[in-house]
Amino acid sequence: MTAPPAVPRSFREASARRRLLDLLDPGSFRELLGPAARESSPHLAALDLPVSFDDGVVVGAGRLGGEPVLAAGQEGRFLGGAVGEVHGAKLTGLLQRALRERPRAVLLLLDTGGVRLQEANAGIEAVSEVMRAVLSARGAGVPVLALVGGAWGCFGGMGIVARCCDAVVMSEEARLGLSGPDVIEASRGVEELDASDRAMVWRTWGGKHRALLGEADELVEDDPAAFRRAALEWVRRPRPLSLPALEREQAFLARRLEELGGCADGPDAWRAAGVAEPDRLPLLDLPAWSAAVGGARRRRP
Amino acid sequence: MEHLAFEMDSREEGGPARPPVLVGAVGSGNLEVLVEPGGGAGRCRVEVHTSAPGFAAVWEAVLRDFAGRHPVAGLSLAVNDGGATPAVVTLRLGQALEEYRRPGR
Repeated sequence: MTAPPAVPRSFREASARRRLLDLLDPGSFRELLGPAARESSPHLAALDLPVSFDDGVVVGAGRLGGEPVLAAGQEGRFLGGAVGEVHGAKLTGLLQRALRERPRAVLLLLDTGGVRLQEANAGIEAVSEVMRAVLSARGAGVPVLALVGGAWGCFGGMGIVARCCDAVVMSEEARLGLSGPDVIEASRGVEELDASDRAMVWRTWGGKHRALLGEADELVEDDPAAFRRAALEWVRRPRPLSLPALEREQAFLARRLEELGGCADGPDAWRAAGVAEPDRLPLLDLPAWSAAVGGARRRRP
Repeated sequence: MEHLAFEMDSREEGGPARPPVLVGAVGSGNLEVLVEPGGGAGRCRVEVHTSAPGFAAVWEAVLRDFAGRHPVAGLSLAVNDGGATPAVVTLRLGQALEEYRRPGR
């Protein structure tokens, strides 16, 4: 029998477990507190709603390029990857484990709408604990990377978590932000923002826009191998978590706000940033996009 | 939510005990299936947690059919269901068993 033809693999379409297996060295991933432990959400059960055996997040240990890492993957298909108390505690626990084990890095494969609204304050607290744990790990010298390539992107408090990391790697298909399009439409009205306008949504939250603004450090294809290559690269480039470093970043953000803050739409900002033909950008493949963006791309210090 | 439990006869053993496996995801019209060793000789134990109450007879028919056609003796299946149709349930059960038995997993 001949082997079936190789089908291009999509990071976006893969399950959380599949993404972790593809990202790490083959055969190295060992899940901690897996689904057989049945650590599911007591809040969802109390509301008589379906639970998941792993509360929608996979955490564990493995190797990346031969070096030990800890890694987590959010399962976007369960409640949009939303963070409840148990889900958040698994992420926090993994990051705290890093303080003890001192892995080469912690990799967060984020695919989430943010806080799980059904869990209210418990979910909000869980996300703030994740933020604190990310900064604790970084403060102890363990780099934390955010890899955002899922269908839900990364929104709400978890969008803040992503930007608390040493680096953010995104695909063009992914999105990153605080309030997402549906939340804005629901709270401010369709006149303010039409969440069904997919092109507008992607030029506001999508990978290309985020990479051009310097929110995402690297833009990769929707390909597990591309995310792996980027992870191998960025674990070697931790950012210092020091007052001078934070002041440099603050100055970068203040300058960017001054230059681009008045722009009404993505292409306005891309033009103001120095891109000659901004309307072409959404249609370009990544190499052509990189060439077209050139030096206009903002880089987080 | 409705919580159901079944014990199925299955003629063929599910093979030596292996690490548990979870496939699928809980969502509208979808389900997750956890496969673990432990059902007893010639028996398969199934627990179902479903958001669609009132379908116990349909679950039993789908599960008995599946257990009769697949080697699931000595296995324990657990399902979190978001209202999947019988066809989706059967496909997920098959996927879960295949993944559990996949060599080199």
